[in-house]
Amino acid sequence: MSEFLQQLVNGITWGSVYALIALGYTMVYGILRLINFAHGDIYMLGAFFGYFLARWLAPMAMPSGPEAIVVLLVSMLGAGAVGFLIERLAYKPVRRSSRLAALITAIGVSLLLENGGILLFGPDPKFFPQIIPAHQFHLGAGVTISNQQVIVIVVSLVLMLGLRFIVLYTRVGKAMRAVSYSHTAAALMGISVDRIITFTFVLGSMLAAAAGVLVAVQNPKIDPLMGIMPGLKAFVAAVLGGIGNIPGAVLGGLVMGIAEVMVVGYLSPTWRDAIAFILLIAILLFRPAGILGRNTAEKV
Amino acid sequence: MKRLIATVALLAVLVVIQMILPRAVNPYVLQIIVLCGINIVLAVSLNLVNGFTGQFSIGHAGFMAIGGYASAMFSLHVGKGWVSALTAGGVPALVAQGAALLVALLLGGLLAAVAGYFVGLPSLRLRGDYLAIVTLGFGEIIRVLIINVDAVGAAQGLPGIPQWTNLFWIGLFVLAVILVSRNLAHSTHGRALFAIRDDEVAAEALGVNTTAYKVLAFVIGAFFAGVAGGLSAHFVSYLNPSSFTFLRSIEIVAMVVLGGLGSITGATLAAIVLTVLPEALRSALAYRMVIYSLMLIVLMITRPQGLLGTREFSWKAIRDRLSRRRATGPVA
Repeated sequence: MSEFLQQLVNGITWGSVYALIALGYTMVYGILRLINFAHGDIYMLGAFFGYFLARWLAPMAMPSGPEAIVVLLVSMLGAGAVGFLIERLAYKPVRRSSRLAALITAIGVSLLLENGGILLFGPDPKFFPQIIPAHQFHLGAGVTISNQQVIVIVVSLVLMLGLRFIVLYTRVGKAMRAVSYSHTAAALMGISVDRIITFTFVLGSMLAAAAGVLVAVQNPKIDPLMGIMPGLKAFVAAVLGGIGNIPGAVLGGLVMGIAEVMVVGYLSPTWRDAIAFILLIAILLFRPAGILGRNTAEKV
Repeated sequence: MKRLIATVALLAVLVVIQMILPRAVNPYVLQIIVLCGINIVLAVSLNLVNGFTGQFSIGHAGFMAIGGYASAMFSLHVGKGWVSALTAGGVPALVAQGAALLVALLLGGLLAAVAGYFVGLPSLRLRGDYLAIVTLGFGEIIRVLIINVDAVGAAQGLPGIPQWTNLFWIGLFVLAVILVSRNLAHSTHGRALFAIRDDEVAAEALGVNTTAYKVLAFVIGAFFAGVAGGLSAHFVSYLNPSSFTFLRSIEIVAMVVLGGLGSITGATLAAIVLTVLPEALRSALAYRMVIYSLMLIVLMITRPQGLLGTREFSWKAIRDRLSRRRATGPVA
């Protein structure tokens, strides 16, 4: 039982990270119907921005709370800027052509970020400086949780609540929802659709970068290709919860994280990458709209 | 009769190529030619699904893996025995190896086609992006399965596959996939596929059995992907699950899209370009993939329909153009 609870704690930690990445996928898909394959690589960039900042801020690896917050926020801003550039330079020009062209562009951007990363940062893994030293808390019943895990869960929660506030209670959030419903109608109501799309990309990129930094604090080994698998899995998580649906992305992320940790714990680590896709195919066959998604009738 | 002569002539040409080319060029060039051939089979077969039928499959490497592993296992456990028995009975080694290879390739292709049937079935319910995701998931699951089965070498890979692939077999299957695609495009069935691509609802209203045709496209595409996997396994004589990742599928998709979705000529040319280009960029090794990805983005922005669109190469069009030019005379 205690082992199961321990796995659950680890699963929720991983799940929060997947949820943060999945949010970006789901928002972009909700607005553009585009699978942004480059999103996982933004997560990687976030981790690298954090790495360089943390080294620059604390050459002696002196850990402190405020510094960690600065690293997190500045990495998020940096990744947001990259998201802005990608949207303006690569995605906006193909918006009027077929969705396939947009998808291939997204794949191209993803390859560019990965190989550009290899070129700039080098292919070998880097070790993220320990800005927050590990410390274990005992929760009783043999279950432990590290302060890093607590930080991952708490920061994710804060960011998700922040996103929820933006989407539901601000003018720009209202505009985002309007654009996701209909580009034309939103434009007729005086909403600058282009600006909202860019804003969505920046927001999603910032969340992914936060996930990158949070993961790097926990597992300090980072490399330019680290975003591929988490990116794909977070996308699966978004589909699992119902793509385009924000609470769905969080739920899907958590389900994915827990399922994965359980498979590693009780089955075999080599099956870890399969469970995501087995879950995906099962959900698509039995409930294609996702757990929280609503079935929409097809328009003729 | 005319067809029979043409077939025999083509086969003779392939035999001559196999006899002359390996002696005329160095092994490196030969290897690139073989890789081009394998990629043509992959790209043209994916074009059946993505280009003709308008379904979006990004799991072609999964079918390739199935075909590769199935044919390799056959050759290792059965085919090798056949070859030694046949050569002992006085059959020339090349013929014996060819026969064993053909059986292995067909077996790999058939298994991949069965997988294609099951991957195609969800297209009953799923369209567009969702179907794409299923094919992606399928490709990844195949790879993880292979990693977990010790009988096929797991993560270490499968070594020692007999090296039976030669230019004759590559050429044969390149011709086969191109001819099958071309004849399909000009048949009733091909028209049905195009109708589904252009407007699925309208096609259904006109009585096209959309599900059957979509599954058919998947099955034929998967068959040739499996054959390509087998050809590649019997060429490099080694298989590793890491060569069938999502990235490999994307490479094939890039070939189809670059050439122009729906164009057999386009897929063939793009397969050659995208195989030769990375080799040509070898001097700029570090920048190679960066250039490749930039090219993909720029091409999609400037020419989203691909280099050739849906146009095809044909002798007739060239003749027409030439005769028109002759009729109007030189432009003053």
